Amino acid sequence: MLKGMFTRPENSKMYFKELMHQCVDIGVGSLGIISIISLFIGAVSTLQTTYQLVSPLIGKSVIAQIVRDTVILEFAPTLSCIVLAGVVGSKIASELGNMRVSEQIDAYEIMGINTKAYLILPKIAAGLITIPVLVGISMFLGIYGGRLAGQLTGAIPSEIFDKGLREMFLPYNVFFSFFKSYVFSFIICSVPSFCGYYVNGGALEIGKASTKAVVVSCISILFADYVLSSLML
Amino acid sequence: MIEIKNLKKQFNGNVIIAGVNAIMNPGECNLIIGASGSGKTVLMKCIVGLFRPDDGEVLYDGRDFLKMDDEQKTAVRKEIGMLFQGSALFDSQTVEENVMFPLSMFTKDSFAKRLKRVNEVLEKVELKNANKKYPSELSGGMKKRVALARAVVLNPRYLFCDEPNSGLDPKTSLVIDKLIQDITREYNITTVVNTHDMNSVMETGDHIIFMHKGEKEWEGTRQEIIFSKNEKLNDFIFASDFLKDAKEQRMADLLRQQQKQEGGDNTPA
Repeated sequence: MLKGMFTRPENSKMYFKELMHQCVDIGVGSLGIISIISLFIGAVSTLQTTYQLVSPLIGKSVIAQIVRDTVILEFAPTLSCIVLAGVVGSKIASELGNMRVSEQIDAYEIMGINTKAYLILPKIAAGLITIPVLVGISMFLGIYGGRLAGQLTGAIPSEIFDKGLREMFLPYNVFFSFFKSYVFSFIICSVPSFCGYYVNGGALEIGKASTKAVVVSCISILFADYVLSSLML
Repeated sequence: MIEIKNLKKQFNGNVIIAGVNAIMNPGECNLIIGASGSGKTVLMKCIVGLFRPDDGEVLYDGRDFLKMDDEQKTAVRKEIGMLFQGSALFDSQTVEENVMFPLSMFTKDSFAKRLKRVNEVLEKVELKNANKKYPSELSGGMKKRVALARAVVLNPRYLFCDEPNSGLDPKTSLVIDKLIQDITREYNITTVVNTHDMNSVMETGDHIIFMHKGEKEWEGTRQEIIFSKNEKLNDFIFASDFLKDAKEQRMADLLRQQQKQEGGDNTPA
């Protein structure tokens, strides 16, 4: 499937238009859910870390460090991408599956359009462009959510939280997080595309393909997460 | 002209098309008829290249489609328009965008020029004031007309229609049939229609191929179909008592007409 995507586009303008359409669909369409999830993940991280770090020997700024590193290393890239695998993955699989069943893909092919290049490549490219941006937003909102929760509950004052954020910060963690997000983006868009593109049957099979796409994507993300962590950390 | 030679296709050992030969001429409505499961749709999909036949040749004006590389196939496909059974309109696009899509993809015309062409073909299929509607807002007949407009917007040399009347009432079916016939005659294109609608057969069948269990059982015109003695064809076409009576009546009328003509010819001037 991937090999078939790389051919000369029939009309670059139309491909670019489709890429922009997919960027809006995947990126802007998922912004709301990612924002809400990130804020709460950060908030809960702060509260749970505060609950566990009761030793008077450990400064409160450590809570901010833990929240920062957990959000950057794991929650923002992995959890966000698992949510995106559900949101974006099921959408891609059901959209392509429906197009296959209703002969829309055949209609494109009859016109002489390379359907793998026109329908799948823009989705993967849009995922590679927008999902890392969403992960970046998730990092920021996750940490902000943690800061907000600390301030609202009185668990950790904002000044101490901000001080903790600056302590022992490793820029490599951010690089690693973005690297993971690129790998996950590819999984999120390519696995559902494959499942949807090759659907054979009717509405029932579209549903099955959609479920399979989400399950396979989630497992692949977790597996890739483990492999990348063991190789790069 | 489309020529198919000894076309064969099987799925999982089941023979669906068993060596079909046919010639489809331009300016004619070439109908492929047959009962459900007789191999009509598979035959059409083999001709247009959606299925790869196991054996045989498909010649588009002498060019063997099955021996072409991808680039050559794409070039031929640009000359093909197809009306699908379920219309296959792009859900996310309006009527205008659907019809304009092939023009936007394959021409460098300005938007104004493309829009003019879109309005021309929409007028041709008698579908005005629907430009901004989405497929979900259209009736079955309207969808077919939009799909037909999209199929002909690039002035194809070959038009394929897969069961254009399925799910339509008899009156709308006639409108679609007439449109297909008019477009075929006007642009002198080779039209292949896959149908089991008897009205279509008798109205538009310039050249009819009857498929039975994957084989070409009979071939002829709509006039010849009345007098055909092929049992399988008669069982399929004149399945009901009503149609059998209608056939006998029609045969009697034609014979009377012929005798009258012969009598007239014998009359000295």
